[in-house]
Amino acid sequence: MARYVSFRDFDWLLLGFVLLICGIGVTEIYSATLHTKFAGAHIKQMYWILGGAAVMFLVSVVNYQAILEQVHWMYIASIASLMAVLIFGQKYLGARRWVKIGGNHFQPSEWVKLILILAVARYFADMRQKELSWPDFIKAGMIVGVPMLLVLAQPDLGTCLTYLPIAVMGLFLGELRLKQALAVLLLAGLMLPVGWHVLKPYQRERLTSFMNPDADKQGSGYQVIQSQIAVGSGGIWGKGTAKGSQTHLAYLPVPQTDFIFAAFSEEHGFVGALGVLLLYFIVLMRLTQNAQTAPDRAGTFVVMGVVAVLSFHILVNVGMVVGFMPVTGIPLPLMSYGGSSVLFMFLALGIVMNIRMRRFVN
Amino acid sequence: MLSRDEKVSPVRLTAVQYIILAIFLLLAYGLWRLQVIEQASYALQAEKNRIRNVPILAPRGKILDREGRVIVDNYPSFTALLLRDQSRDLNADAELIAKGLHMTPDEIRSRVRRSASMPQYQPIFLKEDITPDELAFIEAHRNELPELDTIMAHRRLYPRNGFMAHLIGYVGEVTEDMLNQPQFEFYDPGDVVGVSGVEKQYNQMLMGKNGSRRSVVNSHGKEMQQLDSTPAIPGKPLKLTIDVDLQIAAEQALADKNGGIVAMDPRNGEILAMVSRPTFDPNNFAVRISREEWSKLVNDENHPLLNKAIQAQLAPGSVFKIIMATAGLQEGIAQTMKVNCTGGASFYGRYFKCWVTAEHRVHGVVEISKAIYQSCDVFFYTLAERLGIGRIAKWATALGLGQRTGIDLPQEVSGVMPSEEWKIRNFKQKWYAGETISVGIGQGAVAVTPIQLARALGGVASGGVLRRPHVAFPGDFPGNVLPASDLPDEVKVPIDPANWEIITDAMANVVNPIGTAPSAHLQGIDFAGKTGSAQTISNVAKARLANGKSKFKDNGWFVGVEPRRNPEIVVCALLEEGEHGYLAARIVSQVIKAYVEKERRQPTKMARSKADKVQIAGVWNLPDEHDGSDRLQAGRFLVDLPKKRLPLATAARE
Repeated sequence: MARYVSFRDFDWLLLGFVLLICGIGVTEIYSATLHTKFAGAHIKQMYWILGGAAVMFLVSVVNYQAILEQVHWMYIASIASLMAVLIFGQKYLGARRWVKIGGNHFQPSEWVKLILILAVARYFADMRQKELSWPDFIKAGMIVGVPMLLVLAQPDLGTCLTYLPIAVMGLFLGELRLKQALAVLLLAGLMLPVGWHVLKPYQRERLTSFMNPDADKQGSGYQVIQSQIAVGSGGIWGKGTAKGSQTHLAYLPVPQTDFIFAAFSEEHGFVGALGVLLLYFIVLMRLTQNAQTAPDRAGTFVVMGVVAVLSFHILVNVGMVVGFMPVTGIPLPLMSYGGSSVLFMFLALGIVMNIRMRRFVN
Repeated sequence: MLSRDEKVSPVRLTAVQYIILAIFLLLAYGLWRLQVIEQASYALQAEKNRIRNVPILAPRGKILDREGRVIVDNYPSFTALLLRDQSRDLNADAELIAKGLHMTPDEIRSRVRRSASMPQYQPIFLKEDITPDELAFIEAHRNELPELDTIMAHRRLYPRNGFMAHLIGYVGEVTEDMLNQPQFEFYDPGDVVGVSGVEKQYNQMLMGKNGSRRSVVNSHGKEMQQLDSTPAIPGKPLKLTIDVDLQIAAEQALADKNGGIVAMDPRNGEILAMVSRPTFDPNNFAVRISREEWSKLVNDENHPLLNKAIQAQLAPGSVFKIIMATAGLQEGIAQTMKVNCTGGASFYGRYFKCWVTAEHRVHGVVEISKAIYQSCDVFFYTLAERLGIGRIAKWATALGLGQRTGIDLPQEVSGVMPSEEWKIRNFKQKWYAGETISVGIGQGAVAVTPIQLARALGGVASGGVLRRPHVAFPGDFPGNVLPASDLPDEVKVPIDPANWEIITDAMANVVNPIGTAPSAHLQGIDFAGKTGSAQTISNVAKARLANGKSKFKDNGWFVGVEPRRNPEIVVCALLEEGEHGYLAARIVSQVIKAYVEKERRQPTKMARSKADKVQIAGVWNLPDEHDGSDRLQAGRFLVDLPKKRLPLATAARE
């Protein structure tokens, strides 16, 4: 069937917008790391993007349906890799998130996300009932729940939470009933005090400092306050590239990764920040459109899984930067500096392209 | 049953799109709120982050002697700071830092730990007053150890080995208590102020006004760029009436014996030299004094922190006889008085000995002049009996005893001049006539300070003109420096010229072979004075308590003038446990000799001998403010002033 597949059907428009966001990200990384010890990070980021694009093209030619057939093996492998991290992982800043393979640090939780999207899509695509039954509901929850618990144990609350939208999106599109939704919310409400108990002290601190950032201005409230000052002081038009005082005098923590949107907002103002949000919105709308035209239910679920993860990242990251969300250490996809994040996005886009290119097949 | 190709509900997909739209609108609202509505407030906060006022420390004024020689100077002292740059692993760098700063890595790590709760922009103070090689280490490792920085402060450089320490005093950080007092209202915490001596008295003049600099500062407190600055106003130099040459002579004359010396020009009250022993080295306070060192100074029974020239209150002994003679002659009693000294006499049923019995001699028939140069106790017992305490107290008080002289130094004490009223006021008891007898020879309740004696005897030798002593030239002060005292600058006690001659001639005979201090005689110098050996405890108690223990040895006193009438200089020496006044007289004669030799343009023996020279503050240059050099000879070591390096942001106050 591969002969029906053509790069003419590749979503060049989507790729164009994605690369535009990446380009803005690279410029901001350049600006934010200027004269710091991270200077030159934007070059590395460009390599990651080029590598990611190549991987995207590679993934797009392998039929996604063939991949979906093997997804249970991948799922087992990802559970195994998460366990391996817990056992053999490198401890850094109090958490085990990395395994060293060869000379490279490898963070499996990022790839697990992709496999979860596929696994959830396969599960719901194979479902035969119109309405979601309770056993199916619980099984679907388990598919996502088990890796979530493993990542939480690392402990990495941020990444753990990014798995959640995959399940929510799957359940929603899989005709989740209102009763079931209420049951989940009720359960979550009951679990809240228990969850608070399970959280590490630094995580609790982040939550309390989010609720009341003035309580500890120099401690964990610092990042929240400094980020809001950066964004707010940018005003309507911004301070100009490489002129943000919050970014360049190191008041803003990690301006090239988690707080890149704050750095960008400081230097390019409300107009620039709104422009970037618009670009993300276009990308998301374009992805949803691709989901609608997917050749089968599985394709739709996969693309919507990507939409869920991407939207969640944007909500949490930008929400954190403007002070709506607590500090969780979740990067802004396509803009934040970091190989794992870039490669994940391009792999996910590769699968989206894959599905789109096969929309007229069958 | 659903087929695999059945489409996902388009309603739900559309719902997702609307949810995404809602999320984006929410985020856009968040941006709008921060960047448009509250823009001004956040812009202000960003400016407050970015710009900090860094104080520019004003150097304190130098202290100069009467000829403009520098006695107290400043030197740039560098403190090593550790900026908490998050990109550096301080624990790992601790080894290298410790090596360069001669500390241990654990010391550095524990300091970092202890400062963990401090705000990040506040640097950690690693080491104060670092040496030039430690400074060079920091400069050489700017790139490898960017978290290391220095801050410069002007520190006081005092003469070494406690030279003139009591007069000069020392400085310290302003205390909380002081800040609450109205006269310190313009001071800031951290300001360095005078704590004692001239440093305290003339603090307002010596202290400059700190300037400030607006600087762009990064989140670690490192100064990145300067915006504008208000220059610091350096403190004004203070010229003292002290003559360093004479001060050296006095310091060396007293050597390390306990006591004090004060040399004054009685014509104008200018203090020429002032020494107190034991002494202390104020340089030890200039950086930081350890608790043990401080308590050692405070608890020392010889009171090294006390300026004995103005703070020792002791019985004057026979020096008081000059006051007695003045009273006796002026009251018209002593001129015709003749007393036969048989080694003692009885008054009010009690036998009072003359000091001469210790030498198994008697004075025989004594009149006023011999009574002075032979210091006959029996004559003055008799005179005291005839005068009565009222008239004695009247003259002693007129000559300034029992009250502050008003010298421009802090914490001067008043001493005690007993009288009938004094006894009733303090003891609620009547004065017993028998008590007057002891007062006649400067014992009993009489207590004076060396500065009072110098002023009183200098005044008598000047024919009754007493000046208020001072260590700074009054004309030099700007308007805002208040006078040291509300006491009058000049007090006139009319003394009849005939009496004046009798007293001064007798004083000249004290240092002649017929006097009590012949060994202090100075050939070719019109030197006159009066000895005193004062008991620190009554003879009865002494016999009972101490078997000649040094603790109860007599104090030796001598007050000398040159020339004998209308003197140019009066010197008072107190030799604690010095036994005899003639030992104090030798000390005074050395000072007088140094003064006269200098006046005659002869360099003193002390100034000529190199090995013995007192090490005064490193800088002996002329007192002009700026010599433009980048190197400063700062006594303890040569300091290379850093070239155009941005000073550091620390201790920054908003």
